[in-house]
Amino acid sequence: MQDLVVPLNHVLFVSTLLFTIGMLGLMIRRNIIFILMSLEVMLNASALAFIAAGAHWGQPDGQVIFLLILSVAAAEVAVGLGLVLQIQKRFNSLDMDDANRMRG
Amino acid sequence: MLELTLFYIASTVALFATVLAMTRTNAIHALIYLIVSLLAIAVIFFLIGAPFAAALEIVIYAGAIMVLFVFVIMMLNLGEKGDARERQLLQPHVWLGPAILSLVLLVELLYLISTVEGPASSGSVSPKSVGLALFGPYVIAVELASMLLLSGLVGSYHLGRRYLDRGL
Amino acid sequence: MQDFVWLIPLMPLISAIFLMVFSSKLPPTTVGFFGTGSVGMSALLTCNLTWGYLKDPDLFTVSLWTWMKVGELSANVGFHIDGLTIVMMMIITCVGFLIHLFSCEFMEHDKSYARYFAYLNMFVSAMLILVMSDNLLLLYLGWEGVGVCSYLLVGFWYQHSSNGRAARKAFIVTRIGDTAMMLGLLILFTELGTLDIQSLVSSAQVRWQTGDFMPTLACLLLLAGAAGKSAQFPLHTWLPDAMAGPTPVSALIHAATMVTAGVYLIARMHSLFIISPHAMMVIAVMGVGTALMAAFSALVQTDIKRILAYSTISQIGYMFLALGVGAWTAAVFHLMTHAFFKALLFLGSGAIIHCLHHEHDIFKMGGLWKRMPITFASFLIGSSALAALPFTSGFFSKDLILLSAYQLEEFGPILWAGGLLGALVTALYSFRLVFVVFFGRIQTLPNKENGWRIGLPLTILCVLSLVGGYFTLPLSNLFPMETNSHPATWVEVVSIATPLFGLLVAYILFIKIPSRIPKSLTSPQENTISRFLFSGWKLDEFYDRLLVSPYVRSTSILLDEPLDKLYNTIVLVNQKLHKWLSFSQSGRMRWYMVSVAIGFIILLGIAIAIPRGLSEW
Repeated sequence: MQDLVVPLNHVLFVSTLLFTIGMLGLMIRRNIIFILMSLEVMLNASALAFIAAGAHWGQPDGQVIFLLILSVAAAEVAVGLGLVLQIQKRFNSLDMDDANRMRG
Repeated sequence: MLELTLFYIASTVALFATVLAMTRTNAIHALIYLIVSLLAIAVIFFLIGAPFAAALEIVIYAGAIMVLFVFVIMMLNLGEKGDARERQLLQPHVWLGPAILSLVLLVELLYLISTVEGPASSGSVSPKSVGLALFGPYVIAVELASMLLLSGLVGSYHLGRRYLDRGL
Repeated sequence: MQDFVWLIPLMPLISAIFLMVFSSKLPPTTVGFFGTGSVGMSALLTCNLTWGYLKDPDLFTVSLWTWMKVGELSANVGFHIDGLTIVMMMIITCVGFLIHLFSCEFMEHDKSYARYFAYLNMFVSAMLILVMSDNLLLLYLGWEGVGVCSYLLVGFWYQHSSNGRAARKAFIVTRIGDTAMMLGLLILFTELGTLDIQSLVSSAQVRWQTGDFMPTLACLLLLAGAAGKSAQFPLHTWLPDAMAGPTPVSALIHAATMVTAGVYLIARMHSLFIISPHAMMVIAVMGVGTALMAAFSALVQTDIKRILAYSTISQIGYMFLALGVGAWTAAVFHLMTHAFFKALLFLGSGAIIHCLHHEHDIFKMGGLWKRMPITFASFLIGSSALAALPFTSGFFSKDLILLSAYQLEEFGPILWAGGLLGALVTALYSFRLVFVVFFGRIQTLPNKENGWRIGLPLTILCVLSLVGGYFTLPLSNLFPMETNSHPATWVEVVSIATPLFGLLVAYILFIKIPSRIPKSLTSPQENTISRFLFSGWKLDEFYDRLLVSPYVRSTSILLDEPLDKLYNTIVLVNQKLHKWLSFSQSGRMRWYMVSVAIGFIILLGIAIAIPRGLSEW
């Protein structure tokens, strides 16, 4: 395993790019399904950064946090998809801008 | 050297798949691109010495969570009409501003991490050590995660039940 | 005799409360019976009291109960009865009774008959409290009570806004004086530690030397209160406007009783005023100045009641002149005769107004002497007394005043000359009134006859106006002896002749050559001087410019709440900010996400900038 020479900052570059893409998706999409997907991408990107950092120091902590992120993602998706169904039923649309009842 | 090449290939696949996933109009297509992206990231995990995380990424993320998405999309039954609507919403004037913002953010983040040096990995971290860490110093985190999952369970059950009760 | 004294002011008060409570349910006859009867009872009791007093003249004080006791101040509800009180009570109750009787007919068809009598009874009660009180605090209560009743009665026909304005003016102008008077009372209390009139006066004489500053200040403040109530310059402008009230009210309040309260106050406090020669001088000059001013204004008025109002101001000016020169008895004597003949004149004018479709302009009357003989007789007698023709009541009192003024050292003759000029003008305007109203061409025909309730009071007052001069007032042991050496004969002759000369001039002007009457005496808008006099020496306008309009302007500024502007601006800014913030709360996920991204960029920018800045630093 000594010949693994992936530079840490390259992994972090990838993680950053993924995060930014996810954020861009969050900003440009109005469909709630895509918004949830964008969130998954962002969570995943941050998980990648944690894993990379953990691996850099040779410690398990990064993977522990990855597990935590995994459970957050699972819980979020479970609730989020329940909300998707409710929104589809209430507004007959998946467009988040149709569900802007909390407008100030 | 092989690992490095594999890393770059996996990274490229992950990035392209993610971009494509974000720009699809059809939700199922987007989801499949996303699964590709997750698999590519799992490869990266493996390459930087986290085989346990890579396995979990495939099993839970690409497997369980994405299947949830698929089920919901199937229940919604969006069809061609949704495609047209999504296409209409993806005009340049919609994404140009956010794209500039994201670019600025990207530049800032890249600037911040550009000083990081060193290898991404100092040897593989075995599942055993992860398990020891989890049930040693991080037991509180496990409890928190379980509680979070419980609340997610209760929340999704609540939302789904009312949905069914109303019969719509 | 002493036991029932408290009944005298109580009876009208009970009647007033009774009428107020049951005003809407009583038939007019009952109202008239209670209103007039209660004052009649008071008058009878007062006559009884007077009879007892004349037989056995001793002062007495009746303390009913302690009204309030705060620290050193202890005010009783108590009555002090002496000669001056007796005279005032007689005037108030007897003249008041006649005017009530007159009102029964005069106000017969008014919708607010009961309200009218309630106010009038309340007034009589307050006025009696004023004159009977043995301490200055209770006197002040009565003083304010009559002020309130005056306000209510001037604005009695409140349906016209001008009447309301006149009432407010009367109230506010007298309030100015009242405030000064209250300050005077406070000074007296802090200096002498009591408000009981008898002990106050005696301790003042012990404590202060003649000409000290403190008594002069207190006297001047009391004088200001008296001037406000008695319509003396410079606070006299309310009285002509107060004629907006019903005519019997003008007779009772604004001629016979309330406006003489100032004279009463100064006469009551004469021992205090003697200590302060300067205040006395001010009173005398104020009196003679007001007398002249008002007399000249009366000369050009066309409204019958305004003529009488200015005449009242002028006659009270004479009383003040008498007070100022120390002729206390003469002042009270003139107060009494004036109450008789001025009430007579006002009631007479009320009778005319009652019969002539509420016409007030004397140049629209004329030739009435055949139609209304009783009224004519009363006017003739009243005017004669007013002009002080020999052997009428006004003659004795005014002559006494003028002679007393002449005998004053130093300024006496000047004051006398002023008073004499006033007497000439008085004769002129009073007979102008008689000649214009009762002689000449008939212009408006009376539309009804006056009944006995109008005729009887007029007749009684006629008699009183004629013989009032022969009364001897029981004041001799109350006031210090006045020097009564007879002045030179020519002075007396001139004093007697002057009113006759005025009568002659009036006769020539208005009877002999009516076609050649100076225009300025018939239409006051004719030239500058008469306009000036008609408007009451432009004082109203002056006060308007000096006080009223700045006040109104400042209130209109304050009406917009200038202080609130600041707070309103804060509110406005907050509302604007709130609008912007609520605009940001658009309910759009993407918008929120963009905000998060921007915030993220800024935070990261700081995270980049700070370590560099720190390292450079």
